[in-house]
Parts: sequence; C-alpha cells; structure tokens
Amino acid sequence: MEILTSYSTILVLLAAAVGFFMAWGIGANDVANAMGTSVGSKALTIKQAIIIAMIFEFAGAYLAGGEVTSTIRKGIIDSSYFVDTPELLVFGMISALLAAATWLLVASALGWPVSTTHSIVGAIIGFAAIGVSPDAVVWSKVLGIVGSWIVTPLISGVIAFIIFNSAQKLIFDHNDPVKQARRWVPFYMFLAGFILSLVTIKKGLKHIGLHVGSAEGFYYAIAIAIVVAVIGKVFVNRIKFDETADKKEHYANVEKVFAVLMVVTACAMAFAHGSNDVANAIGPLAAVVSIVSNNGEIGSKAALVWWILPLGGIGIVLGLAVFGKRVIATIGQGITHLTPSRGFAAELAAASTVVIASGTGLPISTTQTLVGAVLGVGMARGIAAINLGVVRNIVISWVITLPIGAGLAIIFFWILKAVFN
Amino acid sequence: MAGNSILGVFAKSPIKPLEQHMRLVTKCCNHLTPFFIACFENNWDEASKVRQSISKAEKEADALKRQLRLELPGGLFMPVNRADVLELLTQQDKIANKTKDIAGRILGRELAIPKSLQENFTAYVTRNIDATEKAADAINELDDLLETGFRGREIQLIEKMINQLDLIEDDTDSMQIALRRNLLAIEKDLNPVDVMFIYQIIEWVGDLADLAERVGSRLEIMLAR
Repeated sequence: MEILTSYSTILVLLAAAVGFFMAWGIGANDVANAMGTSVGSKALTIKQAIIIAMIFEFAGAYLAGGEVTSTIRKGIIDSSYFVDTPELLVFGMISALLAAATWLLVASALGWPVSTTHSIVGAIIGFAAIGVSPDAVVWSKVLGIVGSWIVTPLISGVIAFIIFNSAQKLIFDHNDPVKQARRWVPFYMFLAGFILSLVTIKKGLKHIGLHVGSAEGFYYAIAIAIVVAVIGKVFVNRIKFDETADKKEHYANVEKVFAVLMVVTACAMAFAHGSNDVANAIGPLAAVVSIVSNNGEIGSKAALVWWILPLGGIGIVLGLAVFGKRVIATIGQGITHLTPSRGFAAELAAASTVVIASGTGLPISTTQTLVGAVLGVGMARGIAAINLGVVRNIVISWVITLPIGAGLAIIFFWILKAVFN
Repeated sequence: MAGNSILGVFAKSPIKPLEQHMRLVTKCCNHLTPFFIACFENNWDEASKVRQSISKAEKEADALKRQLRLELPGGLFMPVNRADVLELLTQQDKIANKTKDIAGRILGRELAIPKSLQENFTAYVTRNIDATEKAADAINELDDLLETGFRGREIQLIEKMINQLDLIEDDTDSMQIALRRNLLAIEKDLNPVDVMFIYQIIEWVGDLADLAERVGSRLEIMLAR
C-alpha cells in the first residue's frame, strides 16, 4: 500500500509514458495494414490516407475504444485476487505494457508482422499466471479471447466472400457494369456507415457520457448511414467517365466507382482499427491509473478516467504522422493487383467484424481479420494470387508472440518488484 | 518494414505475364506473312532478316516463360489451378517454337514454293495466323475474367471465342487437304527432296492452328472448375 502512495506519481507517469509509446507504435506500424490496401489499390494517395487515418483512428479510439479497454483493464485478470496487494497489479500492468512495447519494437525492426493485441494479452496473462498465480487469471475469459482470434478471421472471410459475390452478381455480371456500379455502390456505403455508427452509438458513447436509447440509436445509425450514402452518391455522380470507352475500358470505369467506395471503407477500417487497438496501449494504463487514484482500492466499477482514451488516440495519430508515411509508402508499392472492387470487399468485411468485436469488448487482431477477409475474396476467385507461405508466416508470428509477450512481461514484472520493494 | 504488413500476402499475378507471353507469340507468327512474301520473291536476304525478328520474338517469349515459371512457386492460392497456368504457358510457347522451326527450315534450304501453289499457300498461312490471333484474343480476356471473378458473361464470351477458334482450325484442315492435293498434281515435275520438305512445311504451318486450338482447350480446362 505504501508503495502506491509514495510512488503514485512516478507509477502513473511511467504507465502513461509506456502506454503512449505503445499507442505511438500502433500508429506507426499497425495502421499501415489498415490503410495499405487503400493506397495499394490507388484509391487514395498517401497523404489522403494519412489524413483519413488520423481523423478516423482518433474517432474510433475515442468513441468506440471503451469496451475493449475495459476488457484489457479488468477482464483478463481476476482483480479480487489483488485486493490485498494492489501494487502487484500495478507493477504487472506496467510490465505488460513494457513487454508488449519492447516486443513490438523488436519485431518492427526485424520486419516481422506481429499483433499488438496478441503481445499485450500474452503479456498480461504471463505476469498474472507465472508472476503471481495461475488463479489470478480469468481463464474462461482468456479462452473466449483466444477463441475469438480464430473465429473473427473466419467470420470476416465469410463476410468478404459474400460481399464480393454480391458485387459480382449485382455489378460485374451485367451488360452495363458501370450503371450497376453507380446504382449499388452507395448501398455498400450505407452498409459501412450503418454498422459503424450503430456499434459506436450502442457501445461507445456511454464512455464519453452520452446515453442513447436502443430504438433511438438504431434510427440515428440509419440516419447517419443515409447521409454517408447520399454524400457518396454525389461523388459517384461526379466521376467523369470515358464515354467513348469500349467494353475493355468498361471495367476501368467500374473501378473508378469502387475507388470512391473505398474511401468510405478506408475510413471504416481506420475507425475500426482505432476502436480495437487503442485498448492494447491504454487498457493497462487505465488499470494503473484507476488503482493508484483510488489509493490502492481496486474498484471494478470505476469509470475510465477522461484523459486516457484521448491520450491513446493522440499517441496513434502522432505515430502515424511521424512514421506512417514511410510505412504506407513502402507497402503501397509492393501491391499491384488489388483493385478497389476487391479492396473494398476485404476492408468492409474486416472493418465490420472488428467494430462488432470492439462493441462486444473482444480484443482481436485487426491484421488477422483483414487477412481473413483477403482470403475470403480469394475464395470467391477475386484475387490473382495469394501467397500462402506469407499467410503461414503471419500466423506463426502471431502464435509465437503469445509466449514471448508473456516471458518478457514476467521478466519486467520481477525487475519492477525488485526496484520498488 | 514491408515484411511487417499484410500486403506481402499478395503475390504477383500470373495473368498479365500470360497475356504478354501470348502477345509475343502472335508477334512471332505475324512475321510469317512478310517472311513468305520474301520467300516467294526469292529475296533470301530479306527473308533472313525477318527470320531474325522471329527468332528474337521467340527468345523473348522463352525468357518470359522462364520468368513466369519462376514467379509461380507452389503455395500460391489462385482462382485458377497452377498446373493449368503452366500447361497453358507451355502450349502458348509451342506456337512460337513452331514458327521459328518453319522459318528456319525454309531459309536453311532456300526452299521455293511452286508458283501455282503460292496463292493458296498464302491464304493457308494467313488462316493459321488467324487461329493464333483468335487464341490470343481469348487469352487477352483473362484479366477481364479476373475482374468478374471468373464467372458470368465473360465466361460465355470466351466460350464463343473458343468455338470460333475451332471453326478456323476446321478451315485450315480443309485448306491443308486442298494444298496437298495440288502439290500431288505437280510433284512429279519437282525436285523430290524439295517436295518432301514442302509437304513437311505444309504440315508445320497447319500445326500452328492445331496448337492454337490446344491453347483454347487448355484455357477451357483452366476455366472449368
């Protein structure tokens, strides 16, 4: 107890610094995965992608990041176990952050695709199970989280498959695909707008102190989605088509329509990413702040302190501003055969899955979900070639991230304990 | 940093190189028209120049073939079967090889096609080149097929093209029969060794349409899944 009161400022500052650094790392690195498909398919320039990412990552983190944050903060660990020794939980959360941030740094330097979600969850489980006691972990919850890592890519793959198939039926398999695209693309925009705003209104707004009734929320979501679709429609109508184009160039014109749609899905993707991944950085921070400010009392009812979500949002945006450009540029060049009509299907499916997971408080991996969606489009015979070797490497790197995050967290935990005791 | 991203997942598409390869192959074939004009005029200098262009295009096609094979490792997840793509590529390449053989054999022997056959022979060559062009047209639809996810209208369009290709091949068959009959009528007045080679050249030129047809059927097999 005395440790917490005498070192309270230092502990909070330390947690805030590492949490901020972690958010910064997520912005610099992870966001490229969310925005890369848009840049790669030439729907957006790098500059546009970064501006969109900044706005929507922050909005996602701030408006819809609350549920996942509370899962990371108090869902994985049984806080009743720490009632007598709250300082252990504080140390643990800080070491989990340190571990995840370190691993992220190493992996980025080596160019390995790791998941921030996996590293933070692994780290929290690690310090609690090994550093304290296996009973301190709520294993049922952990099982649910790990299960979601398998289920969400599947779900987003299936959604992507359905979306791309519907686009084939509604748009490509017609004599005049351009006309069909003009008619149906706003509908997909409506879908993206609806899912995003519904989840935000239902799950996100209460964290910033707004309460909306369930029927009301539904209507608001529809209203917002209609606004999105109408604005999209205006832009679609403003596209200048090469009217003299023969059948060959027809599909080029169709892609122009899809490029507009992809701007919307890119916003959705950035929003979804912010809503889910911000928690990886600030969940542990939130736990630390809540314990320290309550003088060691672990109040599971305590609300999220107001400055924490924006801190994470700003961290992500700063990371983007500093490194995002380079990262997006690198990956944007590497990809040549993803056209907007495929990119939108993958992004829309992934964004919907991630946002729904965010709403239910499940910390999932955005990249994993996007890979699932890409494979879904591939299953619908939409992508020329997918390198399964790379997919396998990505999966392996996600699996090894868990024990490494755990191991690092245990080491940091013991160090912190030794330093402060 | 590139490894640290989802985009490594996208491998290079085999579709564009396949189309490019076929374009080189038809370029190769189309040289046969000026080649035979030069031959008929006994202008062997010109013929040798054209043969060099044929050989150059054939080499380029070969290089592209090798590159595409290297870029198509196992473990790719594609809308079409990898083995089918490679088989299609092999068939395409055979057309270029056959073209080179024809030009090489004629130039090597400075083989003169009898005056009375020349008109029919030119028509025959043109028709065979038509067949390869048709096959190339069908191959060229591959990127549109990818765009539509290998189904629907585009598939029907390609099927129509392959049917036309079959008709052209039928045409060349009957032209070949007529040519051989004409040759039979005059062969006793010609150098017997030359006659043997003229028969061979007639057969080889006919092979172009056969090979083009086989490209079409490989394409059909590739799409039927």
